[in-house]
Amino acid sequence: MGRIEKVFAEGKNPAFIGFTVAGDPDKTTCIRIARALIAGGTDILELGIPFSDPVADGPAIQKADERALGAGTTPSSVFEIVREIRKESDVPIVFLTYYNIVYRRGIDRFYREAHDAGVDGILIADMPVEESGEACNAAQRYCIDPVFLISQTTSDTRIGTIAAEARGYLYLVAVLGVTGVRNQVSEGAIDLLERVRRHTSLPLAIGFGISTPLQAQTCIRAGADGIIVGSALVEIVERNLNNPAAMEQELKDYVSAMKNAIVMSHPV
Amino acid sequence: MTRRGRYGKYGGQYVSETLMGALIDLESAYAQAATDPEFARVLAGYQAEYAGRETPLTFCPNASDKLGCKIYLKREDLVHGGSHKLNNTLGQALLAKQMGKKRLIAETGAGQHGVATAIVGAALGMPVDVYMGEVDTQRQALNVFRMELMGARVIPVRSGTRTLKDAINEALRDWVANVRDTYYLIGSVVGPHPYPLIVRNFQSIIGREAREQIMRKEGRLPDAVVACVGGGSNAIGIFYPFLADDVELIGVEAGGEGIETGRHSATLCAGDAGVLHGTLSYLLQDEHGQVLPTHSISAGLDYPGVGPEHAMLRDSRRVTYAAVNDPEVLDAFRFLSKTEGIIPALESAHAVAYVMENAERFDKDDIVIINLSGRGDKDVSEVAAMKGLS
Ligand SMILES: Cc1ncc(COP(=O)(O)O)c(C=O)c1O
Repeated sequence: MGRIEKVFAEGKNPAFIGFTVAGDPDKTTCIRIARALIAGGTDILELGIPFSDPVADGPAIQKADERALGAGTTPSSVFEIVREIRKESDVPIVFLTYYNIVYRRGIDRFYREAHDAGVDGILIADMPVEESGEACNAAQRYCIDPVFLISQTTSDTRIGTIAAEARGYLYLVAVLGVTGVRNQVSEGAIDLLERVRRHTSLPLAIGFGISTPLQAQTCIRAGADGIIVGSALVEIVERNLNNPAAMEQELKDYVSAMKNAIVMSHPV
Repeated sequence: MTRRGRYGKYGGQYVSETLMGALIDLESAYAQAATDPEFARVLAGYQAEYAGRETPLTFCPNASDKLGCKIYLKREDLVHGGSHKLNNTLGQALLAKQMGKKRLIAETGAGQHGVATAIVGAALGMPVDVYMGEVDTQRQALNVFRMELMGARVIPVRSGTRTLKDAINEALRDWVANVRDTYYLIGSVVGPHPYPLIVRNFQSIIGREAREQIMRKEGRLPDAVVACVGGGSNAIGIFYPFLADDVELIGVEAGGEGIETGRHSATLCAGDAGVLHGTLSYLLQDEHGQVLPTHSISAGLDYPGVGPEHAMLRDSRRVTYAAVNDPEVLDAFRFLSKTEGIIPALESAHAVAYVMENAERFDKDDIVIINLSGRGDKDVSEVAAMKGLS
């Protein structure tokens, strides 16, 4: 059983999936951030590979990408970060990035290097299933789960097509819009969970806009198998750039609180 | 074009899942409109009565004399609004209306596409939001005022390089959030399928007219057609109807301070394959796939990508792509103003500069059509500030 599959196995609690931008604010601090997220109870670590033009992202993650690129982050240094984390943890690692980063390195080479470093899944934000042939083949060659987005605007037919290609989990987009903290979980998100559930038995993780324990609980009660938090974590990083120790503590406490809420709301 | 909006290996739909439904809807709405005689009739009406088509193909005796070949200008500068951009915005806004969309958004570099979108928004009664890089709102301030005067809201973009690329990023982010009732009216032959196809077809009226006009005036096809290339819409618009002919087609990119300095926007001359804004095409990028900052004296060409059909035409060598630098562009700006009394947009002045630089390539009887994609009023104060008028 793969690392991602184990997280969602029968009888397990729903997952807390934490996102941070690889190399933000620099390589060493990013590794400390990853440690803090794992210590707090993160079940799957999503690492964003920074891109100059992150059109799916709101201001918080845009700024994190800029910090990471400013610190000289490249795909090679991101692979090094993964290898460092792998030395001490078995947490599943999923890359989130944009097509050009993968295309530029060579699709086959990128997936091979990702596998060798210990990556478990890859989601390319601007790669709809129609354009995913080459990437899915490479993913299969190197035992990497291709993770796909499903949105409120995705038709039932497309949900079927996407679910047939996806492995690991499906990433449900809770809002119409880019990443960033929102006040509430929309009704559309709840409907989406129910609609996708009718089409697939893959684990459903939901993200975009989720930041509070209450929001997480709402999604778990509606049937989500995992909660993805990105911008809220990145904002903690941004607030504590001058104090890494405080940053680590706050990240760890935040993740524990979220994880607790998720476990408690899980219908037994 | 082959499968799913491909031009050779280029093109495609590299967008987030949220936008796929909208692109699929757009594709079918356009397919329907493209064969609907009523749509064609309404569009032709606006083109004739509102936009001022057909535009003249002006013979330039003085410039011809000086450059040693027969120079014709396709006068897109005379289209209402001052550039070819209205050809596209009229078509797409009518499409948006037909699709029941309530609001138009657009990006703009030089401001010409923003102006053309503001025009159709006012004419068709649709609210318009235009994203414009903060750098461009300063160097094209006149156009900001024009857009606002016509009721559009101009949103300055402060992220990234604060130019056209980042304006497109912000427009895409807006579209993702408001995709159900908002139509993204993209301004060039870039972006995901079906935009490069739709924009090319609406702009092809330039080449269809020019081909007919030159046959009427000269009784033969031209030897060369020259156009500037930013995203590539005015160029593909005039090239497309000549693709099957024995006519040399030349696309002129912004060489900026010189390709060797790295401060330029000559994507097809100096870039290589990559994905930006939903399409696989040529791209100015670093070895890791990060998009590079660009430079051009003209805001409308200051873009690191280019339409995917141009990428295919470059690889097949059907079109020749070249670059001219800022100083030569300023010379051409002054040259056309003085010799013909026509002030070209700095973008269009790139095409003029190419012919000036390569005049020895053409014989006295050679016919060269330059696509004068826009008028230069918007650029006069900026050029004056550079002390470039005399
Ligand atoms: C007058 C004019 N010409 C050309 C361009 C470049 O666009 P394209 O290459 O799509 O024609 C612009 C863009 O703003 C423009 O205003």
